[in-house]
Amino acid sequence: MSAPATTYAGKTNANHRITEPALVRWGLTAVALVFLALFLVLPLAAVFSQAFEKGLGVYLAALKEPDALSSVKLTLITAAVTVPLNLVFGVTAAWAIAKFTFPGKNLLITLIDLPFSVSPVISGLIFVLLFGRQGWLGPWLDAHDTKIVFAVPGIILATVFVTFPFIARELIPLMESQGRDEEEAALVLGASGLQTFFRVTLPNIKWGIIYGVILCNARAMGEFGAVSVVSGHIRGSTNTVPLHVEILYNEYNYTAAFAVASLLAFLALITLAVKTVAEWKVRQQLGD
Amino acid sequence: MKFSKRHNNVLPGFGPTMGYTLLYLSLIVLIPLSALIFKTAGLSWHDFVAIVTAPRVLASYKVTFGSALTAAGINALFGVLVAWVLVRYPFPGKRLIDALVDLPFALPTAVAGITLATVYSANGWIGRYLEPHGIKVAFTRLGIIVAMTFIGLPFVVRTVQPVIEELDSELEEAAACLGANRWQTFRRVLFPLLLPSVLTGFALAFARAVGEYGSIIFIAGNMPMVSEITPLIIITKLEQYDYQGATAVATVMLVSSFVILLVINLLQKWSRRYAE
Repeated sequence: MSAPATTYAGKTNANHRITEPALVRWGLTAVALVFLALFLVLPLAAVFSQAFEKGLGVYLAALKEPDALSSVKLTLITAAVTVPLNLVFGVTAAWAIAKFTFPGKNLLITLIDLPFSVSPVISGLIFVLLFGRQGWLGPWLDAHDTKIVFAVPGIILATVFVTFPFIARELIPLMESQGRDEEEAALVLGASGLQTFFRVTLPNIKWGIIYGVILCNARAMGEFGAVSVVSGHIRGSTNTVPLHVEILYNEYNYTAAFAVASLLAFLALITLAVKTVAEWKVRQQLGD
Repeated sequence: MKFSKRHNNVLPGFGPTMGYTLLYLSLIVLIPLSALIFKTAGLSWHDFVAIVTAPRVLASYKVTFGSALTAAGINALFGVLVAWVLVRYPFPGKRLIDALVDLPFALPTAVAGITLATVYSANGWIGRYLEPHGIKVAFTRLGIIVAMTFIGLPFVVRTVQPVIEELDSELEEAAACLGANRWQTFRRVLFPLLLPSVLTGFALAFARAVGEYGSIIFIAGNMPMVSEITPLIIITKLEQYDYQGATAVATVMLVSSFVILLVINLLQKWSRRYAE
């Protein structure tokens, strides 16, 4: 080793030895960036490029079309029911799991995660098996003139199933890491249980909730497989935005398909932005 | 006394929150999933085996699991590279790229499907350069692998990235002091530390790819025996009102995803033990 014996030079030397030569660094960075550009950026850019291919007029016309509008409406309704349901569940489950100790906790967490490992197609199928004509409750529903599968309730149920774990699995580790000291202090100082929750716990998990809600919402609005199985594809009545995209695409109406798809791509970008901020805030909060 | 009963936990609300959690979990997840098991149990063993080993179904397993394995492999390789570059090397726009890695989580699968099919079609942005060389991606097995790679990409990056961030630089310094070059240090010191997380990410990407439907059907071509994935077989059987057939194939898929889930859990336990 020919390095001079000064501390400064010694340090530089050590840094050299735990990183790669500049050429290797640039090479690896370039390969990684090209891979991401080809696999992520290009497909995303293609959505917008195809959507605006025939100009703004055609783009807007595709969005204003009645079937497109009704699919947007159904998607908004689905998300508006799904997200609050799973939010209430997520907060309740996280309170029970993170703030208390009980046997079978890990099993319960695994069961909550279950919908993530089930194929979307199967997530739709199970509701057809329950509520379809040949299903368990089919005859009873028929007798009472109620439709669940191939109608809006089925779409909502399948979406609730698919997005079931999102908020809970974000809040459980967050609340576990925060412990229960603050809540205990509030209770000792005379706050009621609900006051403690709303004044102490909720501000602490605010960004975790936002993170979970935005991901749950993105999946609820974008779910395709499960919804496709239970919807029955009735145009203008049981079509969500992703299903409408499929129909337009299969009719070779590419510009319209991409125009409607661009709405979902916008949603994805907004989701990523909010998610990044929320992640940063959660990290910051845990760092305190 | 209330205190001793709850192990000194004075927080209220365990009963109602636990009750609601179990009720909602049963209604939304457990009861519907059990419908699948019961429906399959109604089949005789002979019929069940006949359905799930029909040639077209067997071919679909091969397509689905084979492509998922390849895609997860590509993801493992490039996932480690991307995670490494994101943690270790500075470059402009890094935070943007970092956020963009999660795009496949956020982009609805149908949108991913139609845009990948377009980009890789014969006159698409990428397809037009591949086609003259005789490489056809859209409407072939290769297309399925591309779609599965797209949707599985974040899994490996996001499981490996925190592990690289936590790596103790003293280990690398020690290796360097003992005379190892960078490649030896990576292969002998860093890689064994990263391996559990790489395998976990691989398994997660594989599991996601096996069940995936939306992003694949647009690019796959869906030719029976050649490029037809198992989830599509289930849909086709449903559309023909063959509920029993759909259920039987779905059960095979469900059981295989439970096996993968078990493997993932074991891997995570292993990597946690490794980390301590």
